[in-house]
Amino acid sequence: MSAEMISTLAHFIAQEILRQPDRKITATEPLISSGLIDSLSLMDLALFVEDTFGVRIEDTELNADTFDSLKALAALIQRKQGQ
Amino acid sequence: MSTFFDALRNHYERHPEKTAIWLQIARRADTPITYRRLLEGAHAYAQAYAARGIQPDEVVILILQHGEALLAAFWGAVLHGAIPSILPFLTEKLSPQRYKKDLTALIGVTRPAAIVTYPEFAPVVQKALTPNDSVRAVLLSNETPPPSPPNFSRLAGRLRQPEDIVLLQHSSGTTGLQKGVALSHRAVFNQLQAYSEAIRLDRARDVIVSWLPLYHDMGLIASFLLPVLEGVPLVLMSPFDWVRAPYRLFQAVSHYRGTLTWMPNFAYMFCAQKIRDRHLEGVDLSSWRAVINCSEPVRPESHQVFYERFQPYGLRHTALQTSYAMAENTFAVTQSDLSRPPVLDAIQRTAFLTQHRAIPTEDESDRLVMMSSGRPIANTRVRIVDDQGRDVPPRTVGEIAIRSNCMLTGYYNRPDLTEKAFLDGWYLTGDYGYMVDGELFVCGRKKEIIIVGGKNIYPQDIESLVYEVPGTHPGRAVAFGIDDPHTGTEEVVVVAESDNPDPTFRQNLALAIQKHVSKNSPITLRRVLIVDRQWIIKTSSGKPARTANKEKYLAHQG
Repeated sequence: MSAEMISTLAHFIAQEILRQPDRKITATEPLISSGLIDSLSLMDLALFVEDTFGVRIEDTELNADTFDSLKALAALIQRKQGQ
Repeated sequence: MSTFFDALRNHYERHPEKTAIWLQIARRADTPITYRRLLEGAHAYAQAYAARGIQPDEVVILILQHGEALLAAFWGAVLHGAIPSILPFLTEKLSPQRYKKDLTALIGVTRPAAIVTYPEFAPVVQKALTPNDSVRAVLLSNETPPPSPPNFSRLAGRLRQPEDIVLLQHSSGTTGLQKGVALSHRAVFNQLQAYSEAIRLDRARDVIVSWLPLYHDMGLIASFLLPVLEGVPLVLMSPFDWVRAPYRLFQAVSHYRGTLTWMPNFAYMFCAQKIRDRHLEGVDLSSWRAVINCSEPVRPESHQVFYERFQPYGLRHTALQTSYAMAENTFAVTQSDLSRPPVLDAIQRTAFLTQHRAIPTEDESDRLVMMSSGRPIANTRVRIVDDQGRDVPPRTVGEIAIRSNCMLTGYYNRPDLTEKAFLDGWYLTGDYGYMVDGELFVCGRKKEIIIVGGKNIYPQDIESLVYEVPGTHPGRAVAFGIDDPHTGTEEVVVVAESDNPDPTFRQNLALAIQKHVSKNSPITLRRVLIVDRQWIIKTSSGKPARTANKEKYLAHQG
């Protein structure tokens, strides 16, 4: 489940945020602290997560302290799904 | 009023309990800051500056995030007569090493006497200091005395004169930090007077709502100094909070019956695209009399998209307005007429591109629709000149030159740059435009600046970063901006030459360039193209020609 979620998120980020469909993103690669996802794209990611996984990421959670990799993001989503 | 000090004193004595600023911070209740609270907090900083031996007329650099400490440190400098300059805070993605390096360079040019920051950030600041530099004090936000009533007849700021420098503004990046725009009390007041008239400021009814950072002219002048000095309430949120929850702006306008907001073009698209209906429930935007688009090229499509999205919530069509502004003129050069939408001008595309003339047309197959930035404000004169400095006829594109009584005193400690910027008393803006019936249409740039989301980015800074990546060759990369209609701003592109034809090598090189530039500059770099040797077109002096390479890149991308 987690691997599938990570791959769905990676595909979205490469395709829609980076606009580089071939770009591979590993599960532990830093997303926010590296500048890969800039602040103007954080909302896109939050909206995608909400529509795809049915959970809301609060705006105050959109920072590197809450999640900075696909792995951490998937864990956050699963935690919220379990609530 | 002749100085900031006098204006502050006047507000403090006349209406100490009036709310100057509603400070918004995510997850906290809004904080009303009255003039009493604002100036008593500022007084604490004024005392701290005095105690550390900071002299009036010395520069104080503020490295603080959105919050009450920043407000107090800024106005405290004014009470003490020192010259505050607010710098952008380190962001999550920016490399602390780069921040430190840029800060060291800034200290070298600006020669500040003190830096104010948080205790947690002091180590980065300390590392930026060098032996024998100008900094005598690193003042920590937790070491100031408690707020107390200011004694205006003793504070050093009372002796400042209208022509003295009151503040510095820097733009970002290695190049921008070397050019601090120094403004006098008089220049700022002259701007506020002319601009207040242009927007018909109503001190009894207006409420300004802003998410802009205070280190930028639009945030600092229009959305901070104007309200605080003119006595108009300000609702101030953090740009950091806004970008993660743009609906906060709309809720704030609705809640506080906001009337005026300034923001760059990209923000119109961003708000229209990224807000869910559930966050707009009950929102009423009918109080908003002007949302003023400035600090990057204004696009009619962005206004349309914004209007369509928010019209159901009471947004008025006439609320969408434009201005052309720059730090060197304190802020506004022009302002559109708030009683009607900005003037549109449909011109022949071909004549515009080939003859630099704006010829009206109705032929939709060959036209460009330009949106006016309005008319010069009362104290500012605008000319359009050719490369010999001669006036050009109406509807002819030339460089925009301005003259006013609110110009910068100079680039701080850079008389060389100041002298170069003026021609016979006229400031050459580096922007291209044309005029028709007194309306200014800004339509391009002579200066090599890329504007991304309202931030000025110098391509040479980006190229220097590219050369730090192993596998690149100095002089064989070029950076430029291309228009992105979807985001309503520019996107930075880097083209770099490589002698290695291996596709995997090139892919990795592109990735390394993306990462390094993103980590070390204010932008996120997405577009990198690796090309063969001699792809890049050079000027006769051997430098990469940015416009020619941009055209070649666009042709290459199809």
